[in-house]
Amino acid sequence: MTIELSDRVRAVPPSGIRRFFEIAEERDDVISLGVGEPDFSTPWAARDAAITSLEQGKTSYTANRGKRELRESIADYVADRFDLGYNPGEEIIVTAGASEAVDLAFRAFVDPGDTVAIAQPSYISYEPGVIFAGGEVLPVPTRKEDEFRLTVEGLEAAGAADADVLVVCYPNNPTGAIMREADLEPIAEFAREHDLTVFSDEIYAELTYEGEHTSIATLEGMRERTIVFNGFSKAHAMTGLRLGYALGPADAIGAMNKIHQYTMLSAPTTAQHAAIEALDSCENDVREMVDQYDRRRQFVLSRFREIGLDVFEAKGAFYCFPEVPDGFTAEEFAEGVLREQGVAVVPGDVFGDGGEGHLRISYATGLEDLREALARIEAFVADHG
Amino acid sequence: MSEREVLELLRENARYSAADIARMTDLDDGEVEAAIEELEAAGVVRGYQAVVDWDKLEDERVRAEVELNVTLDRETGYDDIAERLARFPQVKALRLVSGDYDFDMEVEGDSIREVSQFISEKVAPVPEITQTVTHYVMTSYKENGIELGDGEDDDRLSVSP
Repeated sequence: MTIELSDRVRAVPPSGIRRFFEIAEERDDVISLGVGEPDFSTPWAARDAAITSLEQGKTSYTANRGKRELRESIADYVADRFDLGYNPGEEIIVTAGASEAVDLAFRAFVDPGDTVAIAQPSYISYEPGVIFAGGEVLPVPTRKEDEFRLTVEGLEAAGAADADVLVVCYPNNPTGAIMREADLEPIAEFAREHDLTVFSDEIYAELTYEGEHTSIATLEGMRERTIVFNGFSKAHAMTGLRLGYALGPADAIGAMNKIHQYTMLSAPTTAQHAAIEALDSCENDVREMVDQYDRRRQFVLSRFREIGLDVFEAKGAFYCFPEVPDGFTAEEFAEGVLREQGVAVVPGDVFGDGGEGHLRISYATGLEDLREALARIEAFVADHG
Repeated sequence: MSEREVLELLRENARYSAADIARMTDLDDGEVEAAIEELEAAGVVRGYQAVVDWDKLEDERVRAEVELNVTLDRETGYDDIAERLARFPQVKALRLVSGDYDFDMEVEGDSIREVSQFISEKVAPVPEITQTVTHYVMTSYKENGIELGDGEDDDRLSVSP
């Protein structure tokens, strides 16, 4: 007898990143610019809080929605940083990474046959999440000419007016694009007009290098139709601690909690103790990391211009998104530079429509390695020029 | 931008070129070079050195932290004593500190014997010095903000979402 997989699982192809990971693992001299996580360690105060909680034996489940103290800290933090007002009792849920929050939202709000419009290029897990929930994906490509911002024209051209949910992620993985309030206003109007629920993944919000991050949920009439995702992985360098959260109206968060309480039960307790400390006392650590990323961003952008590759001026996250030279597809370039020069980058097309012809370069790596990696990319371009 | 930003980058890694620093800031190469020259001329930047993990070398290098207590008189102040001690090439750092003793002195030599001899023959006889307490460095874990040892392995996946 063979085990028969579900149609939903079979419908999802293997990740396009996987192949590059396997090639990179074959050799030991690879400098990786393909990593989507900070190279900094979790701030000490947060690690210490986690250790102390373990020493005190705090290892039982927490409330399904997360420790009350953490939800209160999150409420204070998002109010202070992003002008978002959510009640810690019913409008916040703590999850095992922002990825779980995204998955809960798809399962809570997408019925079989529902259409989910996704602004692309985008984080690679949205599309499988929609398929696992039984929904249908509607890609909404963004373009370099628009600085990879989502536009109403783009939404209309893709047919997103008929969609049920719209997924946006700004600052964006993989482009590093941001959207300012003036860019978000027409999108909000479109969402209200066509009655779209908006999922706004703001995991990179702290990593905004020019100006302040604006959440679409703060715009008029959007709070009641938006679920905001955020977490501790990026700005607080806590990827392995797996802690995120979602903000939204009470009934929406309640619906997500219904799934969460039967599957995850509660987010990791140790991580919640670390997160309380991270929010309460690690602001300076975050600022220092953001300053470092900003310097690396400017370094990398400047080097790509010198190398002669067109590069979009990324203003958020820790990625930049250069174009590959004529004569290459993104995949050919990424594979070539990995095999010939030992530099791992990710081809932009794995992030969906609008990504072809680009590379995702992560600068979450030390400057010495960035300098060497860019010299190798320069050599590769020269060899094939 | 500021001189401060240039300084921070130089302290992070003095081998960053002016072009590297320019790429990381809003300055151009010429402005970075000018800022560095100015910092050097003003005596803010006093030199550039390598941060060495001596434990990785075969050659022995002995270092000691020495606490010094002094008694001042009308003619002799802290600065006078410091000037005298700082001239010795064995003295790598010398600071006037608050607390239980007056000076904190870092000494280096090729052997324990050499360091001991230096302290007993050159430092202790200074008339104003009333007491020396020598602590030999056994292992150094961090120097100039840089952690030493092998804890720098990057175990992140080489490619990830």
